[in-house]
Amino acid sequence: MDFAFFLIQLLNGLQYGLLLFLVASGLTLIFGIMGIINLAHGSFYMVGAYLAWSLSSLTGSLTVAILLAIPLTVILGMGLERLLFRHLYQRDHLYQVLLTYGLILVFEELRSLIWGDDVHGVAVPALLNASIPLTENLSYPVYRLAISGVCLLLAAALYLLIQKTRLGMMIRAGASNRDMVQSLGIDIKLIYTLVFALGIALAAFAGMINAPLSSVFRNLGSHVLIICFVVVVIGGIGSVKGAMAASLLIGLAETFGQVLVPEVAGMIVYVLMAVVLVWRPQGLFGKA
Amino acid sequence: MNSSRFAQLLPWFVLGLLALFPLVENTFYMQLLTKVLIMAIFAMSLDLLVGYTGLVSFGHAAYFGLAGYTLALMSPGYEAVSLWWSLPAAIVVCALFALITGMLVLRTRGIYFIMVTLAFAQMLFFVFHDTKLGGGSDGAYIYVKPSMRLGDFELVNLEKAEQFYWLVLFLMAAAYLLLHRVLDSSFGRALLGIKVNEHRMRALGFPVFRYQLASFTLAGSLAGIAGYLAAVQYGFVNPEILSWHQSGAVLMMVILGGMGTLYGAVIGSFAFILLQEVLSNQAWFGAWAKHWQLAMGILIMLVALYLPQGLAGLAQKFRGKPVPESADD
Amino acid sequence: MTELAAMNGEPILSTKGLSKRFGGLVAVSDVSLDLHVGEVHVVIGPNGAGKTTLTNLLSGDLLPTSGQVMFGGRDIAGCTSDHISRLGIGRSYQKTNIFLPFTVFENARLAAQSRTPHALKVFSRAADYAEINQRAGAALEAAGLSHRAQRIAATLSHGEQRQLEIAMCLATQPRVLLLDEPLAGMGPHESQRMVELIKKLTEDHAIMLIEHDMDAVFALAHRLTVMVNGEVLESGTPDEVRSSPAVQLAYLGGEELLHD
Repeated sequence: MDFAFFLIQLLNGLQYGLLLFLVASGLTLIFGIMGIINLAHGSFYMVGAYLAWSLSSLTGSLTVAILLAIPLTVILGMGLERLLFRHLYQRDHLYQVLLTYGLILVFEELRSLIWGDDVHGVAVPALLNASIPLTENLSYPVYRLAISGVCLLLAAALYLLIQKTRLGMMIRAGASNRDMVQSLGIDIKLIYTLVFALGIALAAFAGMINAPLSSVFRNLGSHVLIICFVVVVIGGIGSVKGAMAASLLIGLAETFGQVLVPEVAGMIVYVLMAVVLVWRPQGLFGKA
Repeated sequence: MNSSRFAQLLPWFVLGLLALFPLVENTFYMQLLTKVLIMAIFAMSLDLLVGYTGLVSFGHAAYFGLAGYTLALMSPGYEAVSLWWSLPAAIVVCALFALITGMLVLRTRGIYFIMVTLAFAQMLFFVFHDTKLGGGSDGAYIYVKPSMRLGDFELVNLEKAEQFYWLVLFLMAAAYLLLHRVLDSSFGRALLGIKVNEHRMRALGFPVFRYQLASFTLAGSLAGIAGYLAAVQYGFVNPEILSWHQSGAVLMMVILGGMGTLYGAVIGSFAFILLQEVLSNQAWFGAWAKHWQLAMGILIMLVALYLPQGLAGLAQKFRGKPVPESADD
Repeated sequence: MTELAAMNGEPILSTKGLSKRFGGLVAVSDVSLDLHVGEVHVVIGPNGAGKTTLTNLLSGDLLPTSGQVMFGGRDIAGCTSDHISRLGIGRSYQKTNIFLPFTVFENARLAAQSRTPHALKVFSRAADYAEINQRAGAALEAAGLSHRAQRIAATLSHGEQRQLEIAMCLATQPRVLLLDEPLAGMGPHESQRMVELIKKLTEDHAIMLIEHDMDAVFALAHRLTVMVNGEVLESGTPDEVRSSPAVQLAYLGGEELLHD
């Protein structure tokens, strides 16, 4: 493997990992703070991708589509939290699993009814539709770099939000002590709604920006979802830092796996997970 | 007849009726019933975990699918594989896989456990989807269904739908009796104790992990019986049989029927498959039949929200009896 | 102290330099104490003194950061709680920890079952083991709960649930009993009965008792340890502790003890 090829794979792996982080960080926040397992998290990724496709073919611009789609997904997330998830906080995980499994079926069928079952491509924005030449016949698309950049910015913003703001402090307190937060007169319900909507929006946004690379197709969300479960297990539930480390690890492992050992690439992430379970069942950054 | 005697005889009565069914109808409805009984075995095996051990597995299809693939890989092309050893072999493969995965997944609890069981099932999905082992995403055929011979005499030939139905019915009843017996033993009581209060069981000196692993392995083996039978019925396996939709569907059957009751799993699989047939009936629902999963999804959500004890719990509520073992704890 | 040790010979369980840290917080610091068969060793101290943490270290619910727990000639620090229970150290919990949906008898039966090698005989009915049933019945009898055997545990009064805690502990036939505030929340009548029960159990058990009720403490204690901030402030016979100026100053405030 020469250097340029290696560099491309490295960049691809990082980009994929950063994208996974957007989905997984929402998942881990929702787990960690609200104690909810949301199997339908991948469906929001799918919704994001389809919104990007349909709105960009309507408006002719992916950027405009994304700007329109973000508020839509936030509203969707808040609505679902109020309507459905709120009833699940005190319930056994079993029912959370069942309800969110039902929600996946509903999302899949609605997608089929609204958007059909065909595969659609999404155009890369003209501004970013370029490549950086690396060697004579190898080059790297600017759009992928842009995705990585945006993901990094969002990760930094998330870090600041959680570590430095009052909302973040409440979020952290809510994770550790629900009763205490409520006794301080902080509206925990509002925090839950916000956290849930934030997680949903992050997943949907990941689906939107990745749509030009992945195309949009049925069952788009389920693979991402399960990989993100693996990310959360490896990183440790509730740990955003862990989600970042594990996302990059998985992103690189999958990318290089597909190049080096394509037959078993699909299994590598699960082997990694098994190793972590043996060695540190609470995850790399999880609390013992 | 007093009510407890009635309750004792009812299962035998139902079993008798089911055994006579092929004499009345031996085509479409018998095959549908065969499917129900197979899924009942599958659902009971999951009930052992969810309803009696307190382990919410979302990857139970792995063992179901693995047994199907084991049969497909053992079937020698154009002649029948022997039922004598192919079924035990499939069970052993599933038991071993459950034992190994169990040792890993049982290191986790709660949400982690759900995700990890799902992830291991998905790993198996990719094993069969991405490699040539079982024909990749196209799957593999079982061209001739297994048979059971004693010397030159053919005892059972599963190509014959009635014989297959009776075998499935027999195995379903056997699985029910086995689980009933096991759950009434010291071992079963310990499992329930673990479900209700794992911490206390440990403090009482129970090696909780070993009990859970035994339960997990037994559940995997029983799911293997169901998966083997399902592969025989369809004469075909593909990665879909170990997909997470399968795991979700069987979980729905367990909850719908009423978990922690065993017979609830049977009722649940019956109700689920009936619903599936009705909702996807084009004559009744026309174009919407194609989107039957929409209605199913909504029903699943309603069950999760409003019917946590399932149909068994509903029946008990109407009879004014408290549900014996509460689900939320 | 020396007098008592001479009376009862070697301790059955003893800790040496036992410590537990949670991050920066030292919950138990360098605790050394002995338990003897035939004796009640009472541990008192204000809330947050580390008494329950100490119990958790002995029962294996928590792993010690450092130090030893010697039992039967070996160090059991670091063993899992189920292992320690099988060795013969039973405990009750401060916060009632029973199987609420089960009958009282099934609670005790499960506890008794934990001592049987045929627990993995999966085809014999659990209810058919006469020996286990008998042991469960005897434990309920000892705890004064026989008349409640068929009730669902969740429907018992608070005091009865505490009694069930003890019954379950007894059904595992331990040699060492770790009782974490068994009298908490009990009425005077129930308390009295519990004190009598503990007295009776003392004959053939080594008991560590954590308790706030001073009447009960002095009715039962052969040996008394006072903990403050995770450390042992004073340890000895009740009389020795009672007359310790450090104890009077730091914790007991003197008066109630002197009047006894």
